[in-house]
Amino acid sequence: MLNQHEILETLNMIDDQHLDIRTITMGISLRNCAHPDPKVCATKMYDKITKYAENLVKTGEAIEKEMGIPIINKRISVTPIAIAAESCETEDYTIFAKAMDDAAKTCGVNFIGGFSALVQKGFTIGDRRLINSIPEALATTDFVCSSVNVGSTKAGINMDAVKLMGETIKKTALRTADRDGFGCAKLVVFCNAVEDNPFMAGAFHGVGEPECAINVGVSGPGVVYNALKSVKGEPFDVVAETIKKTAFKITRMGQLIACEASKRLGAEFGIVDLSLAPTPARGDSVARILEEIGVSVCGTHGTTAALAMLNDAVKKGGVMASSSVGGLSGAFIPVSEDEGMIAAAEKGVLTLDKLEAMTCVCSVGLDMIAVPGDTSAETIAAIIADEAAIGMINTKTTAVRIIPAPGKNVGDSIEMGGLLGTAPVMPVHSEGSFDFINRGGRIPAPLNSLRN
Amino acid sequence: MNAVITVVGKDKVGIMAGVCVALQKINVNILDISQTVMQNMFTMNMLVDVKQANVSYSEIVDALDAEGERLGVNIRIQREDIFDAMHRI
Repeated sequence: MLNQHEILETLNMIDDQHLDIRTITMGISLRNCAHPDPKVCATKMYDKITKYAENLVKTGEAIEKEMGIPIINKRISVTPIAIAAESCETEDYTIFAKAMDDAAKTCGVNFIGGFSALVQKGFTIGDRRLINSIPEALATTDFVCSSVNVGSTKAGINMDAVKLMGETIKKTALRTADRDGFGCAKLVVFCNAVEDNPFMAGAFHGVGEPECAINVGVSGPGVVYNALKSVKGEPFDVVAETIKKTAFKITRMGQLIACEASKRLGAEFGIVDLSLAPTPARGDSVARILEEIGVSVCGTHGTTAALAMLNDAVKKGGVMASSSVGGLSGAFIPVSEDEGMIAAAEKGVLTLDKLEAMTCVCSVGLDMIAVPGDTSAETIAAIIADEAAIGMINTKTTAVRIIPAPGKNVGDSIEMGGLLGTAPVMPVHSEGSFDFINRGGRIPAPLNSLRN
Repeated sequence: MNAVITVVGKDKVGIMAGVCVALQKINVNILDISQTVMQNMFTMNMLVDVKQANVSYSEIVDALDAEGERLGVNIRIQREDIFDAMHRI
C-alpha cells in the first residue's frame, strides 16, 4: 500500500500548494460546418460544439470529485474560424463569434478559443474578414478568445499582419474602453503558434488535429516553489534535479486526468501541456520561484538564467511522465496573473525589456501586459514584431497579449478579475517605430544553419 | 475500484468507529488502515474497496463528508489511481 508520507505529500500539494489541473480543453473540428449562408454555418457550428462538448463540464466535475484534485477550467477550442467560415458570403464574422459564445454558455465552459487566423505567409479572404471582425467580436461576446499567427520559423514574419494586429489591438481596446480594454486580454498574436494548446487565450484546434481531442494543461508553481524551499543554498544541479522530480509528479496527474477524461468523453487523448501557469493567488507564482532560486526581485540580473533553467527542468521532468507532451509546455510569465510579477513590475524592477529577454528562454511571450492607453498602434506592432522575431529565430512559440488600457498611464493599474488578475500599467519607449512598421511586406524565413 | 480515505482532525474518542460504521452502512470494504496521532492531531489513511458499495461514488463522497462534519474532522476519499500516478512508475 501507499505509505502515509506519500499520501500526505499529495494532499499537501493539493491543499496548500495550489496543485491543480488547470484546464481540460476539448478541441473540436469545425471544418465540416462550411456553408455559403452565414446563418446556416453559425447554426451548424453551434450544434456541433454543443453536441460534442455536451458532457465536458459534467465529466470534468465527476473526475474532480473522484480524484479529489481541482480541475479549474473546462474549455473548448475549435478550428480557426477564418478557415471554417471562409466559404460564407459575409464580411462580418461576428456572427460566428456569437455562435461560439452561445455554445460556450450552453456547455457551461468559461472560455472558447479559435476565433483565429493563421497568416504567417499571407492573408486569404477569410483571414482578412476575421481580423477585421475581431474588435466587434471580442466586445460583444463574453467567452470567445481570439488569436492570430503572424510568423513562423518556416515562413518568416508577415509584417503586413503585424501592422494590422497593432491596429486591431488598439481598436479592440477602444471598443472595450468601458472595461479598461478588457477585449485585448482575450486576443493573442503568435509566432509559431501550436495547434494543440489547451491554454487560453491562444487555444485553437489546428488543421492537423483529429475530429475531437482532449488536451489537458497542468499547473503547479506553488508545488515547485515549496520543493525549492527544501534545497536552499544548494548548487544549481540540485535545484534542477528538484524541479525535474516535482514536474514529473505534477505531470503524472495530468496524464491520468487526460486519459480518464478522453475515455469518458469518447474523444482522442491529445496531449498533456506541462506548463507552470501562475494565478494571482499568493503562493502560486512563477516570479516567486525565480526569487526562491536566488534573484532578490524578479526582473533583476540573473532572472533570465534562472528562468531558462526552470523552463528546461520542467520540460525534462514532464516529458517522461506523459505519453504525449505538447501544447506550449514551459513556464508562463503573464504579468497580471502572477502576484510576484505584479509586485516586481510595480517596483519598476520588471520592465518590458527584461520581459522580452525572459521570453527568449521560456514558454510563450509578453503576456497580459498593460501599457499606457496612448501607446500608438505602430509601437504595439513593433513590440509584436520583436517578439515574433525571437520566436522565428529560436524556433519556439512566442506571443503578445498586450492591453493598451484607454485613459490609463504608468502608475495606474487595471483590474481584469478572476484568473486574469490585476495589471500594473508598464512604460513603453516613447520613441516611435512608425517607418519600421509602415514598410510592410515580409521578413524572410531565417537560415537554420550557421547558428551563432 | 480502490480508493484512499484520509481523515485528519483533532483527536477524540470515536473517530475510527464513526468512519467504520459509516462505511459499513454503504457496504464499503476496508482493506488496510494506518493511523497515528501527532501533536493531538488524528491522522488516518485507509485503503478501501468501493466495488461492492450499495451507493454511487458521488454518494460515498457525500456520506463521508456528512460523517466528517458530525465528527468535526476532515474526511476525504480519492481514487487510489491519483496517488499511484504520482508515486509509482
